[in-house]
Amino acid sequence: MIRQERMTVVRQVEIAHHIYELVLQGEIVQDMNPGQFVHVRVSDSFEPLLRRPISIASIDREASECTIIYRAEGRGTQILSQKQVGDQVDVLGPLGNGFSADAAPEGGTALLVGGGIGVPPLYELSKQLNARGVRTIHVFGFATENVTFYEEQFSALGETHFVTVDGTKGTKGFVTDLLEELQPEFDVFYSCGPLPMLRALEQFYPEKPGFLSFEERMGCGIGACFACICKTTENTEKDYVKVCSDGPVFPKGVVEL
Amino acid sequence: MSRINVELPGLDLKNPIMPASGCFGFGREYAQLYDLSVLGSIMIKATTVETRLGNPTPRVAETPAGMLNAIGLQNPGLEKVMKQELPFLEKYDVPIIANVAGTLTEDYVQVAESISTAPNVKALELNISCPNVKHGGITFGTDPVIARELVEAVKAVSKVPVYVKLSPNVTDIVEIAKAVEAGGADGITMINTLVGMRLDERTGKPVIANGTGGLSGPAVKPVAIRMVYEVYKAVNIPIIGMGGVTNAQDVIDFMSAGASAVAVGTANFVDPFVCPNIIEALPAKLEELGVKQIKEIIGRSHR
Repeated sequence: MIRQERMTVVRQVEIAHHIYELVLQGEIVQDMNPGQFVHVRVSDSFEPLLRRPISIASIDREASECTIIYRAEGRGTQILSQKQVGDQVDVLGPLGNGFSADAAPEGGTALLVGGGIGVPPLYELSKQLNARGVRTIHVFGFATENVTFYEEQFSALGETHFVTVDGTKGTKGFVTDLLEELQPEFDVFYSCGPLPMLRALEQFYPEKPGFLSFEERMGCGIGACFACICKTTENTEKDYVKVCSDGPVFPKGVVEL
Repeated sequence: MSRINVELPGLDLKNPIMPASGCFGFGREYAQLYDLSVLGSIMIKATTVETRLGNPTPRVAETPAGMLNAIGLQNPGLEKVMKQELPFLEKYDVPIIANVAGTLTEDYVQVAESISTAPNVKALELNISCPNVKHGGITFGTDPVIARELVEAVKAVSKVPVYVKLSPNVTDIVEIAKAVEAGGADGITMINTLVGMRLDERTGKPVIANGTGGLSGPAVKPVAIRMVYEVYKAVNIPIIGMGGVTNAQDVIDFMSAGASAVAVGTANFVDPFVCPNIIEALPAKLEELGVKQIKEIIGRSHR
């Protein structure tokens, strides 16, 4: 169920250059699943006006806490990064359809591929996959070393590889370069990140089941405004899907890339 | 009698608040959040004869206290709206205003004739002012002669009162308002969005794929208030005002300028509960002003 709640800031830490980890407490957490997102209003004024969609990085139902990881790049996220412990944040959520951990066979292997700020939603997914007895391989690409994060957290869950465009950490290049080198064995892949990366993955693994998380400029976040439309491939039932309410996660092959 | 009810042609509204067309889909999404029966009315998304896929993305961009959009009238088309969307809304005790759009006069006539027979559609809103479609839309709304002819053609087939949504993107909005009144319009809704543009800070290119978009949100309210004020003086048909409404005070402002009811657009995206919140806040606002009935304030700025 979608709810609006004033969630309480429990922790806020800059974990990499302009990348923040924000822990929020509230009842909405009980309904959250990996790959879903929240729509955050960063200010009670109308400047900036719109909410910010941010993916859910981890879920702690017992403590009613969730973690969101975001890049403070624009005005909205910069304001969000100023929130202190004890402050309240207007959150709408959980929104969208997330990753299905059940799509990976128990005892099997899942390949998780992320790019930049597309990495966070894969963390809760990886935790849930591991809890189900699924082995995880993580391959994550970043621009440069100082924007990388969560290496320890992911390494605790499975084989973890970092790649940076400038080679300052891990292999130099893109995730696709590393995947070609690694030739990983797996049953299903999950991915979140830039469009060229998602496109490459679909081409790399035509025989494997896969799930891709998309990003698009949003208005309402709940499916009413038709801002975040993606075209679907010709052989699907609908001509289009909405990233906010039909996605952000789609099985591979649904969205025209 | 309720303190906040208002009457307009075809519309006996329990309160003057309704979500604006294009900002509420066909109600399904917001129905997950609250009971739509609390609303005065719902202006549903523009309906065209055929299914429309709209413009390329990105379709929205934020601006200071505002938003640009170029959705491009995406909708499932007349047949699906009649068979799937309007029946869904029958569950709720709320009169519907159906927004009618098209490319040619015949398109408007076809949609109007059909959609006005739906049991819960109590009025039409002619969309002659969408700035985001190349043909139709705004071309009808900027020429008083063409606007009048279109209203006459639609009036001839509609089973319910016809409201006309005016564009602010004209030299003289009063001239267009008078023309649609002369064509037999039962009411006016105003304003649609203002054509705007935002450039990407790094590339210098437009942020929205369409180049231009329609500006809405609190930033446009002073323009909308001025236009409602001017049109109220010039016509004898009621006005449904909109443009940057976010709270009860904004509603009072629009009604003071001459609106008989008020639509809420972009604010739904900021706070999905904005409409019920405003409806709840209105009685206290009237108390504060020492006003017994909300209808007493319609046009008070002119008295």
